[in-house]
Amino acid sequence: MTRSRIAVARRRFLQSCGALVVWPTLARAQEADALPALVEKLTGAKAPRDGKVTLDIPRIADNGNAVPLKVKIESAMTAQDHVKTVHLIAEKNPRPLVAAFFLGPHSGKAEIDTRIRLNGTQRVVAVATMADGSQWRGIAEVDVAESACYDATNP
Amino acid sequence: MTARVLVPKEVKRGAPFPVRIAIQHVMETGFRYDLFGKPIPKNVVNTLVCRYDGVEVFRAEMGSGIAANPYLQFYTVAGKSGELEFSWVDDAGVEGSERVMVTVVP
Repeated sequence: MTRSRIAVARRRFLQSCGALVVWPTLARAQEADALPALVEKLTGAKAPRDGKVTLDIPRIADNGNAVPLKVKIESAMTAQDHVKTVHLIAEKNPRPLVAAFFLGPHSGKAEIDTRIRLNGTQRVVAVATMADGSQWRGIAEVDVAESACYDATNP
Repeated sequence: MTARVLVPKEVKRGAPFPVRIAIQHVMETGFRYDLFGKPIPKNVVNTLVCRYDGVEVFRAEMGSGIAANPYLQFYTVAGKSGELEFSWVDDAGVEGSERVMVTVVP
């Protein structure tokens, strides 16, 4: 009698442990759905294709106040085929649109370096719009140890 | 507002060369509060334009997600020697500009 009750309690406990493990994974999956909508809202890019855009950013950033970032886009940068716009998006920043860069055939090379602020661990997305209207996307995940907007939610 | 611009001493005709600019600016996010609990208004350099001999070669529209003292590096090409001119403006309407000569060698 007592034995079986213990067994049931143990089973329940183990099940709840399992649920705890599964829960963050599910939360992640739901987050993944929010990003394309955010990108579309900010850039008008309905379905940017993955590729051509490379984000060079540390995997772990100590300080979210200044995270070095390099965006590289594969493009010949000629009069016919060049990058027109690059949008930088940080999904969890209070203002997710970090910057928009406008390039042209005068750029010669589609590569931009800057330093951005990141409000916590999140994904950073760069969307490039080409002269022919095609849109390409690059994503990088960054773990931020110290968030930039420490007093944004707690004045 | 002061800024530092860095270009190579000499650039090859038609070859992309890096242009670096660092502007001294707080890039206030608008999410911070002062000692009296009053919000500090947002003030960031929102637009930066770079022209080469009067032709726009680069433009950046920035928000509060750009770190303080914004730093940018981008590339451009030059056919002949000329002047690279930067101009920018912040949310408070303060404008800044910087010029630098580019020497092109064949």
